[in-house]
Amino acid sequence: MLHIFKRAARDIRTNSFLNTVAVITIALSVLLISAFALFFINADALMTFWTEGIRIMAYVGPDVPEKETQQVRENIRRMAGVQEVRFIPKEEALEQFKAQMKAQSSLVGNLKENPLPDAFEIRVAEVSRTWENFERLAEEIATFPSVEEVEYGQKWLGRFIHIFNLVRLTGYAMGCLFFMATVFFVANTIRLVLYSRQEEVEIMRLVGASESFIKDPFYIQSLIQGALGGIIGLGALYVMFNFVAGNWKLEIGDWRLGIPAVDFPVPGFHLRFLPPDLSIGILLGSMLVGWMGCYVSLKQFLRL
Amino acid sequence: MQFSDNTFIIRAFHVHKRYGSKSALVDISFDVCENEFLFLTGPSGAGKTTLLKMLYLGEPVSEGQIVVDGVNLSRISRRRVPFLRRKFGIIFQDYKLIPTKNVFENIALVVEAVGTKRRLVRKKVNSLLRTVGIEGKAKAFPPSLSGGEQQRVAVARAVAGNPGIILADEPTGSLDTESAGIIFNLLKSFHARGATVIIATHDIELIRKTGGRVIVLEQGRVQAATTIPKLT
Ligand SMILES: Nc1ncnc2c1ncn2[C@@H]1O[C@H](COP(=O)(O)OP(=O)(O)OP(=O)(O)O)[C@@H](O)[C@H]1O
Ligand SMILES: [Mg+2]
Repeated sequence: MLHIFKRAARDIRTNSFLNTVAVITIALSVLLISAFALFFINADALMTFWTEGIRIMAYVGPDVPEKETQQVRENIRRMAGVQEVRFIPKEEALEQFKAQMKAQSSLVGNLKENPLPDAFEIRVAEVSRTWENFERLAEEIATFPSVEEVEYGQKWLGRFIHIFNLVRLTGYAMGCLFFMATVFFVANTIRLVLYSRQEEVEIMRLVGASESFIKDPFYIQSLIQGALGGIIGLGALYVMFNFVAGNWKLEIGDWRLGIPAVDFPVPGFHLRFLPPDLSIGILLGSMLVGWMGCYVSLKQFLRL
Repeated sequence: MQFSDNTFIIRAFHVHKRYGSKSALVDISFDVCENEFLFLTGPSGAGKTTLLKMLYLGEPVSEGQIVVDGVNLSRISRRRVPFLRRKFGIIFQDYKLIPTKNVFENIALVVEAVGTKRRLVRKKVNSLLRTVGIEGKAKAFPPSLSGGEQQRVAVARAVAGNPGIILADEPTGSLDTESAGIIFNLLKSFHARGATVIIATHDIELIRKTGGRVIVLEQGRVQAATTIPKLT
């Protein structure tokens, strides 16, 4: 077994130019695909980060009796997707308002009566934190007669999330396309390698080498190429990621310990690199691509 | 007819070979005994190389049957072809050495392909190199070798798998008398150790020197089959 690896390594050395081309092809494709993945992972995380902070505020109309307010609160709590309902009496709201408006305290202090309404602050359960749910809940709450107004998040965020979902679909489609293109390119590069070794293969056959004796080093070779390409592609992405994130870290060791998190212009949000399991998945994927490329060209070209 | 006759290592029955519309072999029948030393001769283009190719399935026959060591080649499965070829040690007319592998690797390839234990490979290859007298060229690549040296590598590789039958296509073709003598003596020594040897050559002197059965081909037909006595 070790011996086949040695043979494969020897073959790679004797054909170093074409094999380098094959590795670079794989590396570039891995870079492209994993850059896509990195973008979507972070964009997703950013969406989650934004939606996490969203509370639905329901303002109770003036002169609603307290008993009814309690009833509304119960009704809201029992709605699907609601995690917590906090009642904010108008006195508390005014206190908060005053604290925020310290500079203009004279203005606020002169108020003869509290102009603010009672309110409910509604936290949505984690699993239900999609934009559609916010909209649905808000609409439903707004139908309660004693609720005067419902507010949640920023309207632009909703539109943004909607657009992003479209982009994500396109991204998946393009990812699939890239994958197929990669197999195609790799198959062709490996075919060039095989072409350069056609005579050798023919001679090996004539002297009685079995098909697996001939084939196995090719497969091992393309698995090694796939792994090398994957490592180089991911490595390049990691370097670029740190560069773009503006926080260049020399210690590669960090990566092994956990997901490197770097500050991003959005306060409190951390950009992350691909999680280790996905990185390993991509690595295995690029080995699979190498294997498939080898399989396809051996089948077509050498009829092995 | 019984095909599996043990005294005949090769039997050919009415073999035809056509390349497109051109006939390279026409109705060839012959038998080869075990441990025979057989010459195949005839002018250039007579079909000597083509006939050898038929034996190890380098090309399929167009018509007729060939039996090698009891195996009918027209009924052999693709998977068994490598095993058939391992019965032969072939010295190709154009050597067919792998230019990107050095001498040692070229020979080791066959030693490994027949399933020799890993730790014995080096020893075996080195002993082969000594046998043909080119142990100093183990690390050289075939294109950098002289014709005679390449011929010796080809001989070493041909016998690397301990084949029962040696096919030598013009083994002394482009060599001076001395190198030719060395190669020829090697072939004789393998014959002495029990191998069947078939030599395709138009070197009549060579045949006269040794004597033995000769099959003469001309334009793809067997022109004559005689036994020439050894010159004394
Ligand atoms: N692959 C091929 N395709 C077409 N014709 C071929 C092929 N191989 C051989 N031939 C033809 O078959 C005939 C016999 O060729 P072959 O090589 O067997 O001759 P030979 O006796 O070995 O000659 P030489 O002494 O020059 O080696 C020739 O006319 C040759 O042109
Ligand atoms: Mg010939």
